[in-house]
Amino acid sequence: MKYIDEFNDPELARRLLDEIRATATRPWALMEVCGGQTHSIIRHGIDQLLPEQVELIHGPGCPVCVTPLEVIDKALEIASRPGVIFCSFGDMLRVPGTGRDLFRVKGEGGDVRVVYSPLDALELARRHPDREVVFFAIGFETTAPANAMAVHQARRLGLSNFSLLVSHVRVPPAVEAIMTAPACRVQGFLAAGHVCSVMGTAEYPELAERFGVPMVVTGFEPLDILEGIRRAVRQLERGEHRVENAYPRAVREEGNPAAVRMIEEVFEVTDRSWRGIGRIPASGWRLRDAFRAYDAEHRFDVTGIRTEEPAECRSGEVLQGLIKPTECAAFGTTCTPRTPLGATMVSSEGACAAYYLYRRMNAPTPPAGRATQEGVAPVA
Amino acid sequence: MPEQLAEVVDPANWTCPAPLRDQGVVVMGHGGGGALSAELMEQVFTPAYGNATLAGLADSAVLELGGARLAFSTDSYVVRPLFFPGGSLGDLAVNGTVNDLAMSGARPAYLSAAFVLEEGVELTVVERIARAMGAAAETAGVTIATGDTKVVESGHGDGVYVTTAGVGLVPDGVDIRPQRARPGDAVIVSGPIGLHGVAIMSVREGLEFGVEVASDTAPLADLVASMLAVTSDIHVLRDPTRGGLAASLNEIARASGTGVRLQERAVPVPDAVANACGFLGIDPLYVANEGRLVAFVPRSAADEVLAAMRDHPQGAGATLIGECVADHPGMVVAATGLGGTRVVDLPLGEQLPRIC
Amino acid sequence: MCLAVPGKVVAIDDSADPLTGLIDFGGVQKQACLEYVPEVRVGEYVIVHVGFALQRLDEESALASLKLFEELGLLEEEFGDAWEQAAKEAGTA
Repeated sequence: MKYIDEFNDPELARRLLDEIRATATRPWALMEVCGGQTHSIIRHGIDQLLPEQVELIHGPGCPVCVTPLEVIDKALEIASRPGVIFCSFGDMLRVPGTGRDLFRVKGEGGDVRVVYSPLDALELARRHPDREVVFFAIGFETTAPANAMAVHQARRLGLSNFSLLVSHVRVPPAVEAIMTAPACRVQGFLAAGHVCSVMGTAEYPELAERFGVPMVVTGFEPLDILEGIRRAVRQLERGEHRVENAYPRAVREEGNPAAVRMIEEVFEVTDRSWRGIGRIPASGWRLRDAFRAYDAEHRFDVTGIRTEEPAECRSGEVLQGLIKPTECAAFGTTCTPRTPLGATMVSSEGACAAYYLYRRMNAPTPPAGRATQEGVAPVA
Repeated sequence: MPEQLAEVVDPANWTCPAPLRDQGVVVMGHGGGGALSAELMEQVFTPAYGNATLAGLADSAVLELGGARLAFSTDSYVVRPLFFPGGSLGDLAVNGTVNDLAMSGARPAYLSAAFVLEEGVELTVVERIARAMGAAAETAGVTIATGDTKVVESGHGDGVYVTTAGVGLVPDGVDIRPQRARPGDAVIVSGPIGLHGVAIMSVREGLEFGVEVASDTAPLADLVASMLAVTSDIHVLRDPTRGGLAASLNEIARASGTGVRLQERAVPVPDAVANACGFLGIDPLYVANEGRLVAFVPRSAADEVLAAMRDHPQGAGATLIGECVADHPGMVVAATGLGGTRVVDLPLGEQLPRIC
Repeated sequence: MCLAVPGKVVAIDDSADPLTGLIDFGGVQKQACLEYVPEVRVGEYVIVHVGFALQRLDEESALASLKLFEELGLLEEEFGDAWEQAAKEAGTA
């Protein structure tokens, strides 16, 4: 497949790794913001191929993982109502709320459906005028244009039986929250390429300047990730902190103005809680008043549902690279991939889940973000 | 809204990848062939039935009866849609049980077929499935010797369910079971993986995508016989159906207390499968096959077994994909294309399309 | 976040609202909304997320990236910063 195969070339990967090795003279801690990048890093074993000096901290960029417990409980409540068709992206169904998940709701008779695109949920609303169709609108800036289009179309088509349960999050305020946390260890960011495909890079120079961190817009194939790392390390070694675009084939400085216009027409910035991290000011989007009629929280009157995150979960600190997963008392005891308490144990790419997996290999616990172990010697 | 954009996946077609533990009800994941299926087996059925044969947890049980060694297996078949590119429920119902028997090294002989039909299903549908079963049985060289039919009220079934059971004779000197994997064994897969799962997904209501892929459903007993002609000392055979290659290898690693080291680049994944998986965000190692086997054979016999497999139509794409190791017992680890490593864990259930 | 994959636009339905096209993902074909890339032409590549094309892929930039990777370690000493050089040439810095 064009634009994938070329960016998986092992020989070019080796050159990039050599270059990173030659460039890094001191320890550096980089955060890849996006869960998709974390997935790619684990999937290809990139973390084990990097030189000792380069540590990757897996950031909070998985929309499924960071959706707060409270919103999931609202979803469970709405999905349980008779007459509702509750639509969600596949990976959201696995995330437990308080005591149950969407599959359990389905097992109890709720009509829960996996959709590939929000427009599919809209199509369901069109086909089932007698039912209330609710779409679980989670995601970062990448997913927002799609979800915004669904609402926009619903209004245009006069579909009054369609609504969104919105839990949209934005990257830049999360970066700010991470950098302002006491004892933050992150020295540079691999910015999420597809978020920037939509939003462009205009929000980043100010962050790079204020916190003195390189921000390298990075793609998702192995060569893209290595190139992002290479550039971030090079900046750090030179004492620079700029915004660079290492994913120019898919990211333009101005982003996608048509998509941004649609987001801004439908959504407005709001404070939002992140699972395991807590409330981050201006870190989310909600429906504008003009689209209030499509807000499932109001339509189903679930605004009163309040759920506290489990107090014993320290995933917020893990996400910021402040502690290792094993330093959390709940790790491996009350918190496992099957019974996750926090974001980092929910997804297979989460730092805690990755630790849990590797620990089973009787391996010495890998340093944060590095998954080398005895018996599975990384091939250099 | 164009009709083509109605990409709604019926969740009944997906199994739950990570339902809550201890929730006290059956969830879709219990049928997914992953960790939940194994738990159901280990925690409910095995203790309840309490016998050593069942505890083997192989694809088929090998029993001594009247001086003969019989392989015995049963499986229920539930698939939507009933007809898909490359086959139908009928093909799966015969080939699946034939293959379960073959994974003990048996020559399958007789099958039973029990239908659960939903009131209102068109008879022509039942007939097409029955004909497919007859044709598949003939190809596999087995006889459907007995059967049963029940009808449930409309809304209480899913069109057609078929349960088949089968028996076959295990040749003398053949002892094939997951516990026999040994460090040093070569791990061989009989052909390209992921075709069945991708073919099914491509025609599932709502998820439809265009792809030139047909299910690999096929009987494997004859291929196994040609492998046993090379050496009777084949250690393990498994057909990687639900949960894909990843589930089979994990089960073998756990049953034998060995580790499996996979060379990811060697695993034959057709481009269309790789691209479909890329687009859905799933891993080909977890996608179902219905006409493939994975074999653990002593290193010394590997080349000859591979050659024999490649001479057989069902094994033309046979490839050495890894080895059994003493390290990391119970775990499957893959060397990635870039030279890194990753753990290939037992799936909880079938993978869901993901957005992140 | 954000599984988005490159695909080739093989057909565009101008009459569809929102604008829709058929995308080929290496032998896998699926409809996607093209409303956010209205200027896209058949034969071009786009990056698709949850059924929406989010951006056109720029071939020159991709080639410049690959060229840079190939020249890593060779050019650095001679020309200083190989990437900036390549980016300048491609006009994508």
